[in-house]
Amino acid sequence: MSTAVFDRAETKSWRVPSWIGPIAVLAVAYGVMPFIGGAYIFEAILTPFLALSLAAVGLNLLTGYAGQLSLGSAAFMAVGAYAAYNFNLRIHELPLIFSIALGGLSASAIGIAFGLPSLRLRGFYLAVSTLAAQFFVQWALTKFGWFSNNNASGVIDAPPLSILGVSFDDPVGRYLFALTVVTVLTALSYRLVNTQTGHNFIAVRDNELAARVIGIPILKTKLLAFGISSFIIGVAGALWAFAYLRTVEPAGFNLDRSFEILFIIIIGGLASIRGAFFGAALIVVFPLILSRVGSLLLGGHFDSGVLDMSQRIVLGSLIIVFLIAEPDGLTALWDRLTKGFSRTSRQQPQ
Amino acid sequence: MTVGILGASALDLPEAAEAANRIAQPPHERSSSSDAPPPAALRLEDISLSFGGVVAVADVDLVVQAGEIRAIIGPNGAGKSSLINVISGIYQPDSGRVWIGGLGFVQTPTEKLAQLGVARTFQNLALFPGLSAFDNIAIGRVAVRRANFVEQIIGLGRARREKEDARARAEAIIEFLDLKGVSQRLVATLPYGLQKRVELARALVATPKLLLLDEPMAGMTATEKREMAQFVRAARAEFGMAVVLIEHDIGVVMGLSDRVAVLDYGRKIADGTPAEVRADPVVIDAYLGVAHDHEPVGAACA
Amino acid sequence: MLDFDYSFLAEVLVGGLLSGVMYSLVAIGFVLIYKTSGVLNFAQGAMLLFAALTFVSLVERGAPFALALLITFAIMVALGMAIERVVLRPLVNKPPITLFMATLGLSYVIEGAAQLAWGTQVHGLDLGIDDTPFEVAGILISKFDLFAAAVAATMVAFLTAFFRYTRIGLAFRAVADDQFAAFAVGLKLPRIWATVWAAAGAVALVAGLLWGARLGVQFSLSLVVLKALPVLVLGGFDSILGAIVAGLLIGATEKLAEVYIGPFFGGGIESWFAYLVALAFLLVRPAGLFGQKIVERA
Ligand SMILES: Nc1ncnc2c1ncn2[C@@H]1O[C@H](COP(=O)(O)OP(=O)(O)O)[C@@H](O)[C@H]1O
Ligand SMILES: [Mg+2]
Repeated sequence: MSTAVFDRAETKSWRVPSWIGPIAVLAVAYGVMPFIGGAYIFEAILTPFLALSLAAVGLNLLTGYAGQLSLGSAAFMAVGAYAAYNFNLRIHELPLIFSIALGGLSASAIGIAFGLPSLRLRGFYLAVSTLAAQFFVQWALTKFGWFSNNNASGVIDAPPLSILGVSFDDPVGRYLFALTVVTVLTALSYRLVNTQTGHNFIAVRDNELAARVIGIPILKTKLLAFGISSFIIGVAGALWAFAYLRTVEPAGFNLDRSFEILFIIIIGGLASIRGAFFGAALIVVFPLILSRVGSLLLGGHFDSGVLDMSQRIVLGSLIIVFLIAEPDGLTALWDRLTKGFSRTSRQQPQ
Repeated sequence: MTVGILGASALDLPEAAEAANRIAQPPHERSSSSDAPPPAALRLEDISLSFGGVVAVADVDLVVQAGEIRAIIGPNGAGKSSLINVISGIYQPDSGRVWIGGLGFVQTPTEKLAQLGVARTFQNLALFPGLSAFDNIAIGRVAVRRANFVEQIIGLGRARREKEDARARAEAIIEFLDLKGVSQRLVATLPYGLQKRVELARALVATPKLLLLDEPMAGMTATEKREMAQFVRAARAEFGMAVVLIEHDIGVVMGLSDRVAVLDYGRKIADGTPAEVRADPVVIDAYLGVAHDHEPVGAACA
Repeated sequence: MLDFDYSFLAEVLVGGLLSGVMYSLVAIGFVLIYKTSGVLNFAQGAMLLFAALTFVSLVERGAPFALALLITFAIMVALGMAIERVVLRPLVNKPPITLFMATLGLSYVIEGAAQLAWGTQVHGLDLGIDDTPFEVAGILISKFDLFAAAVAATMVAFLTAFFRYTRIGLAFRAVADDQFAAFAVGLKLPRIWATVWAAAGAVALVAGLLWGARLGVQFSLSLVVLKALPVLVLGGFDSILGAIVAGLLIGATEKLAEVYIGPFFGGGIESWFAYLVALAFLLVRPAGLFGQKIVERA
């Protein structure tokens, strides 16, 4: 498990303050992107990137910080999406944002339920319990028509996105909507990992026995990690369904999706909030690049089947390479790069 | 017995079982008259523990008075760590009772250890490598913090007071143990001797009434050992807690402790002031006798 | 329950037990590796797919059965050893979760490579065993299932003999019992790991052929790993006997549940039922049926 806590940049007096980075990113995301991007950029890249990033932030709290391996993230995304859909459908006049929040809370409840075995089970045994969540949720959503308002194959259509009468129902609007939700939850997560509770997560991960001895309530801490993580993942699922795809079926939240989110945090960096974004960027962008490069090199031979297979190979290799060569992920790479940059571009104070 | 993931600790016992686990005060300590002596910081009654065929602790009685430094020495495998683990509830003894500050337990509830005023260190470092030295120390205040995670995120009210309290106390201890220069570093990057000191700091920051130190000087150079001994003495002088000090090396503890108990093959073979113990022929025998090690090779690090 | 059909029950039970054998077959590959190196090898399913796909493709290209078997066997052994060398050796002493994630990545690589090399279409695989059921005491039994059970039994006997009577096998047991001790007396861990991975490759071949003959050789073959996980949890990750008993148990309860409980849920419960059984059991016995208890030391 990664041990890095990169997010707390040491603040030396002459350094750029640590909040400059996020502010700059947000300034570009809100102030520049909406004016230069085309619909394709928003619909195929930025919005899914945001939803996946958020899910990865959620999983990182549980797996990266609290050390509880979960293979069921997609199930919690599904719960978030389907619950939000039903709250919106069945409670009239409920503002959409509340439906989404309630969707998150539903995911949280399911997450805590499947996290309960963590009192007794560790490591792989617990991971298998989260797999149970994965299969059970997918089955239930397909089997019981109520969840999808009696759609035969469990498909749901997203409600129109609007808040306080302002409609967000175009590519840019959906992007801004997702961006705002992701920004708020990421900021809160960032706060969280620097509080006592966040430190409790790390302590339980690093040495459960020592944590117990100094008085950290182990079960409560683990359940909190499951609850908070699943809430965030659930909201990410709602964004995935409402802001990105707008028509989803349970099969869209399958085991491969769970693995994808796990891969994001491995590649981005375990126990790093920023890492979730780095990892998600890579996961969203690299298939596009791969397909361009592939068809450039191989022309007609590079069909969708070949693309799919080479994608798996590259992705799997990336995971292995990162685990071996850079266990702290892209975040560590980034830090090294920028540090190297600042060293060469700035005179060291004498 | 073995402690599986099932955990023999009282953590998962229902309340009723826990009440049964705790025993009423012993008659000689229940007296409410003001001139009665305060209860011992720790009292062990007939503690026995074995692992499969190996007897780790056999019928050990031990009293630790408030404020005293009580050394437990003995060769490798004598059962010293097992005894500490019994006191802190990580192992459940096969028989016997643990009295902490007047409360008796069949098995100490580990998760309430801090509330009982007990803090400990481990023979093998048990720090949190993902946290800085400072955070490793400040987290030692966790048992007295009440704010929930929402309050902590908002960071006002009691969450802020508690955070401030933890920060102030951690800084005081850091100053006290001379860890200032390294407190912002990831603890895993510190040299071994300093990590040991950080672990002591984490225990001290909880202001315990009873401090259990399992070989705090193991693996240190002579200078580091002397420093550590000084810190332990100074900590007792400053905070006045009782200290149970486990040490392998008979020489180190002599000048440091008020009373010394000697374990050999799980039995207490001597108990008294350092001078008494040093002169005891049984102790000399045990220490000059063949080093006995009934552990398998792989467990040498345990 | 006036006219409860007992012979039907027996038939379901026997069918379940026999399909449980198929689960055990996959689980044994996991146990081999877990026992010696503490790695939960998620790529076992992908290896199985790779083996079956390689074999079928060779046969389809005109290789005689025996030759194809031999070549595939050689490839699987080489693959196992390569994995050990390239992926796991650099990660030695890393936490188990890291190793697990590496094998997850590995499973993606192998699945992708297998299909890139041999194509994505479904291949039939005929082992020459006819699958017509025959009747014993009024119970229909599939010949194929029986054959699979016989193969599994042979394999277990073979593995047992290997561990009991060969030098490397005994070394394996020493490592499984105590890595430190084995290391201290000078056993060469990397060589043992390589052997074990090679053996796991061979087990994957056997399981792959049987499963492939059953389901057709296609991508979903690698998903049998998901069937093996509850078996492992129930039996304990480190017990071959556990893998067998748990496989039978899960096979049987799964079939019974499918037939007697499934209809109340509208079917499809086999995707999670095994997990439920395993989890329920774990809450009572956290180390599984035969797994070693984890001793916490401080
Ligand atoms: N968790 C355990 N499981 C099995 N045996 C143990 C365990 N803990 C300690 N022992 C055994 O108990 C004996 C005493 O060990 P220990 O208390 O660690 O001795 P010391 O700390 O004095 O060196 C040793 O033989 C040791 O192997
Ligand atoms: Mg010891």
